[in-house]
Amino acid sequence: MQCERCRQRPATVHQAIIINGNKQESHLCEDCARELGVFASAMPSHFTFPNLSIQQLLSSFLGQEPSTGPLLTRSTEEPRCSQCGTTYSQFSGSGLLGCPHCYQDLQPYLIPLIRRFHGTTMHTGKVPARTGGTLRKQRDLESLKRQLEEAVKQERYEEAARLRDAIRALEGGKQRGGKAGAVD
Amino acid sequence: MPWTKLVSDPASRWTQADGPHAEVALSSRIRLARNLDKMPFPHRMSEAQAAELIRRVEQGVREINLMGLSSKVELFSLADVPALDRQVLVDKHLISPQQATQAYGRAVAVSEDESVSVMVNEEDHLRIQTLLPGLQLEEAWRIASRVDDALEQRLDYAFDPKLGYLTSCPTNVGTGLRASVMMHLPGLVMTQQAGQLFHSLSQLGLVVRGLYGEGTDATGHIFQISNQTALGKTEEEIINHLRGVVQRVIDAEKQARQHLFRENRIQIEDRIGRSYGLLSSARVMSSEEAMKLLSDVRLGIDLGLFPKLSLRTVNELMVAMQPAFLQRMAGRELSPMERDIRRAALIRSRLAA
Repeated sequence: MQCERCRQRPATVHQAIIINGNKQESHLCEDCARELGVFASAMPSHFTFPNLSIQQLLSSFLGQEPSTGPLLTRSTEEPRCSQCGTTYSQFSGSGLLGCPHCYQDLQPYLIPLIRRFHGTTMHTGKVPARTGGTLRKQRDLESLKRQLEEAVKQERYEEAARLRDAIRALEGGKQRGGKAGAVD
Repeated sequence: MPWTKLVSDPASRWTQADGPHAEVALSSRIRLARNLDKMPFPHRMSEAQAAELIRRVEQGVREINLMGLSSKVELFSLADVPALDRQVLVDKHLISPQQATQAYGRAVAVSEDESVSVMVNEEDHLRIQTLLPGLQLEEAWRIASRVDDALEQRLDYAFDPKLGYLTSCPTNVGTGLRASVMMHLPGLVMTQQAGQLFHSLSQLGLVVRGLYGEGTDATGHIFQISNQTALGKTEEEIINHLRGVVQRVIDAEKQARQHLFRENRIQIEDRIGRSYGLLSSARVMSSEEAMKLLSDVRLGIDLGLFPKLSLRTVNELMVAMQPAFLQRMAGRELSPMERDIRRAALIRSRLAA
């Protein structure tokens, strides 16, 4: 016997339901039976989250975008990345940019979007150890100076002295780093 | 095959359940999104570019192995891995479902103890991931950051001084960090506090998902809590915030469990005992039903009802009973009914052991 739903696989699940004396039979394959929830009595209820991906969330942001970016409709040429050719509308369709350079070429459109999603456009976290050398030093220096200010304010002078030494050491290192860069 | 061991054993670092608060926090995960400069993102890459990127990552993996991790990391191309084995890697949280369905031009590097994995050419060029048992976000971050540094020795990252690490989707730009904790919250669900809690979490900038990430169901009272945004805060700030909130969720869950046990002891013992009875006697069991019943048994272990059972056994069962793993063990594809029969047999034997 064939499955009466897909008419492809053999029917292995046979069910008879009797309602008010009327008997209804069904003959299904396992896959269809599962889809129709024939085994549902054995299934627990569980939480289901709406199937909302980050991309979908992003497109809902993008839907209201044009008013904040430069006017898209006025220009006949659609903004696109000079490196990979990704256009703004391709991006708003998929939520994905084409290459790292897109951040530069589509910047006027991306910045308002990034600000709206993250609440800021300024990275304050980790900097690549090898290639981000000077920036990393600059960030460390800024952080030490903030700590020094705080220590002085709270009259923790021993700590302030230690921080001041650390800042001097780092600034010395920065100058040396600069010279090495000039030689390169 | 370098992946044979990974797909033939349900145990991994996180299933050992030897981290802090493992009775509520199953695992802690850190994910870092990284991309190489001057290369299109994976969805725009040619086959040749994808292969070139995998070759370059191989160099980076050598650096990871030089830095003295406790276990060796090995890279393999996913196109070589049979579909069923790829699904096992998903069940073990080593690759994403997306990575499993489009295997061509993609690779993954995994450490022997499975605490570190690096997905290559997923949504981003690199997705560095660390997974540890219990609540150990700081340790997971420390390892992920070192792996990141090792890879960066050989790879030029796409990094902007203002925007940070550049990612394929602008929602990950900045730190590229997603920190998450997998939590078992039967107490909060049973005392009907979960809905309110998830609402508050969203107001704290955190997201709640199901067991296998975006768009999946929370079967077995298991929820994944993670940060929403990745820009504007340091990695430590993001992790501290998540850890602080998770710690409070753990406290609330423990209180709820104690409350249930105190006020409704006989009902709770009855429910857990029935679930154990079904698991140890049933001959046919769907994965949904098994997850629900195992959730009760997991709670029972914490309440001291099963002195001979360990969280580790339950964690391993949660992986071993998945369709892909059952089929891997059988060495062939199985019909849904065959799977349900084998699942019931597996659970009976593990609980009796």
